Amino acid sequence: MNFDPRFSGRKFASVGTRPVRPDGVDKVTGRARYGADFNMAGQLVGRVLRSPHAHAIIKKIDTSKAEKLSGVKAVITAKDLPDLTDGDAGMYDVLDNCMARTKALYDGHAVAAVAAVDARTARQALKLIEVDYEVLPHVTDVDEAMQHHAPLINEATFTEGLEEKPVKPSNVTKRSQFGHGDVHQGFGHADHIIERSFKTEQTHQGYIEPHACVASVNLDGTAELWVCTQGHFVYRQHCAQLLGLEASKLRVTSSEIGGGFGGKTHVWAEPVALALSRKAGRPVKLVMTRDEVFRASGPTSATSIDVKIGARKDGTITAAEATLRYTSGPYAGTWAEIGAMTAFACYKLDNVKTVGYEVLVNRPKTAAYRAPSAPMAAFAVESAIDELAKEIGIDPVEFRIKNAAQEGTRSSYGPVYGPIGIGPTLEAAKNHPHMKAPLKANQGRGMACGFWFNFGGQTCVDLNIGMDGSVSLAVGTVDVGGSRASLSLVAAEELGIDYSQLKAIVADTSSLGYNDMTDGSRGTFSSSMATISAARNAIKILRDRAAQMWDVPVDDVIWEKGHAIAKGEKYGNLSPLSLKEIAAQSGKTGGPIAGHSELVADGAGVSFATHICDIEVDPQTGATRVIRYTVVQDAGKAVHPTYVEGQYQGGAAQGIGWALNEEYIYGKDGRLQNPGFLDYRIPVCSDLPMIDTQILEIPNPNHPYGVRGVGETSIVPPLAAIANAVSNAAGVRMTHIPMSPPRILAAIEAERKG
Amino acid sequence: MVEVTLWGALGQLAGGRSKVEVEAKDIRELFRKLAEQYPALEPWIEKGIAVSIDGVIYRDTWGKRLPEGAEIFLLPRLAGG
Repeated sequence: MNFDPRFSGRKFASVGTRPVRPDGVDKVTGRARYGADFNMAGQLVGRVLRSPHAHAIIKKIDTSKAEKLSGVKAVITAKDLPDLTDGDAGMYDVLDNCMARTKALYDGHAVAAVAAVDARTARQALKLIEVDYEVLPHVTDVDEAMQHHAPLINEATFTEGLEEKPVKPSNVTKRSQFGHGDVHQGFGHADHIIERSFKTEQTHQGYIEPHACVASVNLDGTAELWVCTQGHFVYRQHCAQLLGLEASKLRVTSSEIGGGFGGKTHVWAEPVALALSRKAGRPVKLVMTRDEVFRASGPTSATSIDVKIGARKDGTITAAEATLRYTSGPYAGTWAEIGAMTAFACYKLDNVKTVGYEVLVNRPKTAAYRAPSAPMAAFAVESAIDELAKEIGIDPVEFRIKNAAQEGTRSSYGPVYGPIGIGPTLEAAKNHPHMKAPLKANQGRGMACGFWFNFGGQTCVDLNIGMDGSVSLAVGTVDVGGSRASLSLVAAEELGIDYSQLKAIVADTSSLGYNDMTDGSRGTFSSSMATISAARNAIKILRDRAAQMWDVPVDDVIWEKGHAIAKGEKYGNLSPLSLKEIAAQSGKTGGPIAGHSELVADGAGVSFATHICDIEVDPQTGATRVIRYTVVQDAGKAVHPTYVEGQYQGGAAQGIGWALNEEYIYGKDGRLQNPGFLDYRIPVCSDLPMIDTQILEIPNPNHPYGVRGVGETSIVPPLAAIANAVSNAAGVRMTHIPMSPPRILAAIEAERKG
Repeated sequence: MVEVTLWGALGQLAGGRSKVEVEAKDIRELFRKLAEQYPALEPWIEKGIAVSIDGVIYRDTWGKRLPEGAEIFLLPRLAGG
């Protein structure tokens, strides 16, 4: 990578402004095309048959009656998706999750699929498929799954990460440990110790748009896929591998996306749609229903966490320890490991130890959900921190400030921090008017901190300058939160032109080099780096063309405010040439003008946030109301501040739903009881106050503009901040998320009874 | 010569060592030599390991130089949402 990513401290003309979003008109007029809005000639309707059992051996599948039904063009089972994963255990799990091979591992696991001329015929065909199941005992609870007598989900699973190799299989796939110092000794120096256990229930990202795709496989081995995804290049790789296609012959186009939040980083329906199309010889559209999205896409982990924190009378934490158990569905994951790494990342600790256990259960395969695993760990840790501050008699903000990590602190997950923003977010929260606002009866205030790593990754950008001087920007990171606007601002900044001269698009997989997924808060961080690089490459060409037009050496031409300028007194009579003037002559000076960049954007920089909230609790019913909510977060540099605020508000809103209402409820039969938005209640506008935001800008030294990712950190503190507020309002410590009215009422009544 | 700290699971595969010394100028050479010295690490390197250099996490920049005296920490390669 011939590109210097270091922060330069430049002054900005475009970056930091708030222009109108380029995708806005299409979205508000209904022209924007989402996953289900695309159609192809001769297209069939795909539908999936799903297991009604939480755990069952698939003894036999008879598809003969369905195949004979008029209008049915293809029926597939796992036999139509042979194992081409070549020993890649992770991809084999993906394959098995797309279509169960020998066992159904959760309620909703796909077992067969059909493609028919219309939806009615497809539904009729599903009813004609006969599946002979041998139902097995199941387990859905994280703690129960860890018991030695629990039903085994995969008999080939032996726990990794133990000092001695286990001799018996288990539902625990892995143990991981992080920390430093000696916690035993540290607790010995503590005057106060808080030790508590916490639980969080499984939640779904709750994106409004269900998974949807249109697949078309041709006889010559080429194929097309239109799909709603966070990463069409990754989908191409995975689908090509699972279907035995050549990646470059599978063209994947990403639609507009109606929310993803980590849930659209994995393939489920797409390989099935491609397999149906291959068998039917016609395009197939496959759209999941909301019921299917809940039962068979990728929710977050349910957790069980024990926390112990000790401190001296003066408020110095002497030791901190946590044991974190996270469900990963029926396949191995690394979710507890992430929880164990993030749990105490906000604090300066001499003695810290975290242990994570990955636990198999008969639930859907866990997927990422916005700073995956960190919110649950923060809930447990920040609740205990608050309780400890109260016990010592120190203000909870002061307690956190006293113990906050800073530059030079050894993080709880290992490395020593560079410049970080936890201290400034806490100071800003302490001085925020929200902290001093009066509270009424039955109202409580809570606050909490949160940490997330942020990531970069492989990124590719094309910048093309038209002969009329307009500029198109083709990026490969799916726009999940406004990146087309922010990247246009970045290109405008570099080129020195107006934002209105630019149009950014998300290019398909055949038009641009590989891009990693839009995840890990990397979209604007990574693609802005590539955009800066591509724009600078284009400027080199613009300077060269201007030099030709003037017949002067290119080294005498500089680029400033959107113009080529011949420097030096000898060129005093030469008027600057604008980008538009140079572009108009491009056909005569060497052809099209473009800038290209491919790079790995690393050094994303960790991110911190502090949230404050006020909650009112009705002591008669346990019902809650969010009265006021404030987010303080470090953005490095807010490229488009309105979008940054939107990310902060969105994370807080999702966190509020997770904290107060949302949960997967399984019956004793292992079947999901609430797979719909009526019974799985996400917050709507009327449930929420205006969420205030405060953007801090502590530049990331590893980005030319100082940009950090902002998409995920905002969901880390809410569970804890709200739990602290509810606990303060209700006068009882809440330890189980969601804090639904029945749980709050039960806690209040238990406290009354003593 | 750089000193490299391994996280728990990786340390077990390196004969129980939490720190190892490697003569390496960049991440690519570090991974190559680690795989030579501790063959059990090779599949993990193949799957992906992140490298923290003075607190900044690198996942894919294998050409990144390892400055003399820098704190080098190997971490699980994580994904986000």
